[in-house]
Amino acid sequence: MNMTSNPRRSDVDQTLRKTLAARHAPTSPGAVANALTFGWRALLKIKHMPEQLFDVIVTPIMFTVMFTYLFGGALAGSTDAYLQFLLPGILVQTVTFTSIYTGFTLNGDISKGVFDRFRSMPIWKPAPIVGAMVGDTVRYTVSSLIVVAVGFIMGFRAETGASGIVLSILLLDLFAFGIGWIFTTLALTVRTPSTVMTLSWLVLMPLTFASNIFVDPATMPGWLQAIVGVNPVALLVTAVRGIMSGTVTAGEIGFALLAPALVTAICAPVAMYLYGRER
Amino acid sequence: MHQHHPLAIETSGLVKCFGTNRAVDGIDLQVRQGSIYGLLGPNGAGKTTTVRLLATLLRPDAGKAIVLGRDVVREPDEIRRQISLTGQFASIDEDLTGYENLVLLARLLGFSRSQSKARAGELLDAFDLEDASRRQAKTYSGGMRRRLDIAASIISTPDLLFLDEPTTGLDPRSRGQVWELIRMLVAGGTTVLLTTQYLEEADQLADRIAVIDRGSVIAEGTSTELKASIGSGVLHVRLSDPAQRDAARQLLAERLGALVHLEGDPRALAAQVSDPDRVAAALVALSASGIAVSDFSLGQPSLDEVFFALTGHAAASADQSPESAL
Ligand SMILES: Nc1ncnc2c1ncn2[C@@H]1O[C@H](COP(=O)(O)OP(=O)(O)O)[C@@H](O)[C@H]1O
Ligand SMILES: [Mg+2]
Repeated sequence: MNMTSNPRRSDVDQTLRKTLAARHAPTSPGAVANALTFGWRALLKIKHMPEQLFDVIVTPIMFTVMFTYLFGGALAGSTDAYLQFLLPGILVQTVTFTSIYTGFTLNGDISKGVFDRFRSMPIWKPAPIVGAMVGDTVRYTVSSLIVVAVGFIMGFRAETGASGIVLSILLLDLFAFGIGWIFTTLALTVRTPSTVMTLSWLVLMPLTFASNIFVDPATMPGWLQAIVGVNPVALLVTAVRGIMSGTVTAGEIGFALLAPALVTAICAPVAMYLYGRER
Repeated sequence: MHQHHPLAIETSGLVKCFGTNRAVDGIDLQVRQGSIYGLLGPNGAGKTTTVRLLATLLRPDAGKAIVLGRDVVREPDEIRRQISLTGQFASIDEDLTGYENLVLLARLLGFSRSQSKARAGELLDAFDLEDASRRQAKTYSGGMRRRLDIAASIISTPDLLFLDEPTTGLDPRSRGQVWELIRMLVAGGTTVLLTTQYLEEADQLADRIAVIDRGSVIAEGTSTELKASIGSGVLHVRLSDPAQRDAARQLLAERLGALVHLEGDPRALAAQVSDPDRVAAALVALSASGIAVSDFSLGQPSLDEVFFALTGHAAASADQSPESAL
């Protein structure tokens, strides 16, 4: 064949023969290792396409700056006092919005040929999905840290200091991972990434605005206060505010984790079923 | 017993429907261990669906398939441990580099971090991709993608490798490289099931060929057997004067002992040739009787011509493959 015309070819042929002859057959590394490898894949994608993080970074900065300086004085008497109130809420809004991307990227990814290869490999079946979601927690963490940094520059201080911030981010990651299953399930149901996006916004918009992120619900009508009282986003905001100011109770953390736990219990098996289905 | 099964693949009455479309409609195959088996057919014939059934990506609606001694429905996990699939549309991650692609898959298979890096380096080296190893795969040429794709399939050398149209869209040089790779793999003991739209490819590589049309096998055998039934080649003749076409047709049919058909071009004729020796004599006879030939060629039959010979109708939606007549 043409290959013999290349003078280097015979060397290459030698290497090739040796390489092909090698019959390594390692044992399967197990479910956790498989999922973590897919988490690493998600990070590689961020490395190659850092612009993916753009939305995740710009939107929260915009919200923090805009709300603090536009409404801070009117809503809380001073911009400083308002920032102290707003920042935990913005953190929650940020990771919640970011979690939509889990579904958005998965939907585009899964229709590619490489998923056929994954499916024909001897790996833990849900690993590509779980791994992608684990990888996304890095995204949540990065966007949270950016919001905290912007807040810090503007004058925000957590009373509980660095440990409060670390704990808050941990709670935020857990929450986003849990509700991420909704968007994963959506991604496995609908056809295009933009549909995933639209539907996800429909779910999240009311949840973030009918909440205590921007204003104290005490001024809201009673029926709305009732809604805010059971809104999972609001429950998380309460817990994060509590952690940052040092007044958090175990109950508050428990309520914050209730929704993600429920969502995981219901949506994870559904997502696994949808993923296992042949296409 | 699983190891020494003489057949790598055995199917009987395999059926897969998509709605009312019987994509695979009762396929029986027997593929010997250590051989290259070719599934030849036009677009939409059911080649990819067959491969996906055998690679445990789809469940059959009826029939039975035993791969490496195991049932595809009951023991898919065991089968996955011993096979690899190179899909029709590149089954590599375009956003990652060649190196990252291979390391990722090696890690999934259970290689340690350092083993994975070593194996990736080894394969990139062997497949002539080391210069491109740090570039995203989406920047690769078609041939490089295919080589990376095949490299990805043999990180842990499989007992059975599925290659779905491994050379469609490749230039002749890259095609030759892929062929060479496949031959070396088989020399190392791997069984290969490949699909193709090119008779030439099946002829060059496959020990046995199944011709597939509308989900069924319409011919099966070695390439020699297949050619015996369809003719070893096709003679194309163009005349200087279209008025002489009927005379030329009669004469050629006589001399070649074969059916001669008229082509779309009013000056052109084509004939299946079973014995190339008779071609020269037939051409001489044409000029002796005053029929001027402006040009002629003798080539392997294209997929269309194979189909015409086997079924009497043209392939439903065969891609035109210019190289297949080379
Ligand atoms: N996932 C699918 N859903 C519905 N129809 C399909 C699907 N995959 C293949 N088909 C249909 O099955 C038939 C065989 O397709 P395929 O196996 O891809 O053929 P080939 O690989 O030989 O080109 C075609 O008619 C195709 O449209
Ligand atoms: Mg196909």
